[in-house]
Amino acid sequence: MNDFDYEAATTVDEAVSLLAAGGQRARVLAGGTDLLVQLRERRRDADLVVDVKRIPQLSEISYEAATGLRLGAAVPCYRVYGDAEVAAAYPGLVDSASLIGGWQIQGRASLGGNLCNASPAADGIPSLIAYDAVANIAGPQGERDVPVAEFCTGPGKTVLERGEFLVSITLPPQPAHSGAAYQRFIPRNEMDIAVVGVGAWVQLSDDAKSIKSARIALAAVAPTPVVATEASKWLSGRPADEATFAEAGELAKKAARPISDLRGTAEYRNHLVGVLTRRVLAAAVSRAQAS
Amino acid sequence: MSHVQAPEASVRPTKNVHVELTVNGEPREFLCAPRESLLDVLRNRLGLTGAKEGCNNGNCGACAVILNGVPVNSCLVLGVEAAGAEVETVEGLAKGSHLHPLQQCFLEDAALQCGICTPGFLVSAKALLDRNPDPSEEEIRLHLAGNLCRCTGYDKIVRAVQDAAKANT
Repeated sequence: MNDFDYEAATTVDEAVSLLAAGGQRARVLAGGTDLLVQLRERRRDADLVVDVKRIPQLSEISYEAATGLRLGAAVPCYRVYGDAEVAAAYPGLVDSASLIGGWQIQGRASLGGNLCNASPAADGIPSLIAYDAVANIAGPQGERDVPVAEFCTGPGKTVLERGEFLVSITLPPQPAHSGAAYQRFIPRNEMDIAVVGVGAWVQLSDDAKSIKSARIALAAVAPTPVVATEASKWLSGRPADEATFAEAGELAKKAARPISDLRGTAEYRNHLVGVLTRRVLAAAVSRAQAS
Repeated sequence: MSHVQAPEASVRPTKNVHVELTVNGEPREFLCAPRESLLDVLRNRLGLTGAKEGCNNGNCGACAVILNGVPVNSCLVLGVEAAGAEVETVEGLAKGSHLHPLQQCFLEDAALQCGICTPGFLVSAKALLDRNPDPSEEEIRLHLAGNLCRCTGYDKIVRAVQDAAKANT
């Protein structure tokens, strides 16, 4: 790790100025569980580290059933599953937040940081995409919103321009009979990187017997997390049963473009997309029926 | 974010930062470079060598401390980030020569061999019992999943935490 200066911004404007002055050699610090490791391993470098955890908007959770959730970009995972109202309304987020590292990582790591780190295998991003979340960005040109589904542009790369940073993530209010889930496959019980991850959100018909609308997102099967568009659209109007979930799993494979690496072959990953899609749809539907 | 080619090691002058915080209930202060982790600071500037450097990348948990009530890996926190914080380290568990029930049970249950991982296990287990005085075996294993031991395996450690929970109630 090379030497850098450290500034703890207390307002969004202050962070924008610091990042603008720091240019390409400035880095944003939230929980630090990715950044500090990358700096230490010289995978990234910095002359200036701007800590954004003392900016109120980045450390706040605000939720109202009628308007939805605004999650500060630096809110650590443990606060997501520790907030009873948020956990009840967005169980898919809880699935993700409780899978990212162990307990000591969840005390620092944020879903916003997970998004900005832009790993293809990120456990947080499929849930955010499934919930149709929007990234709220601040920068020298002001503020702008980008759907989370379009935020990552490649491994470790995002739409953030120089001087821009993620302020918060907004999730829409949850309609009646809706639910979501995220699951990943790893070859052990805890503490590993997803071989494949799948998040799904569903809204059911009023009688809770068929699917009104659905969104499926996949991780670790492409350079970025991706939406399984065809499978998601196909689900509209289908009965909420195992045959439907299995067929959606087959369709979801079409969105996967996996590589073979040490975690699994492309063929294995395609198979896992089918299995996990079926399982997360069943879990999301079961939550929707209970909601 | 675009990847930037890593340049040669920087020769920029470092500005040391003055930091005040509370460690195990005592007000403390230190000067450190921004790049120093909280683990570096505890060990090298405050003389608290209980927290151990295992992997230095957040995998092993040997450096676990409690920061404002939350267990964290101190290798993944900058010393400067701890300004104003309350930090609990393994040194804060015993009261004088009176061991914390977790420490006593780790000894009685032989829940350690080389001992490098032990401070991290004790700190994580204390954070768990502070929140949940009567955890199930599954809860104990889940909350200690971020602490690695390469000597004993985990059964004796889990049993020691269960015994400490019983001793507390």
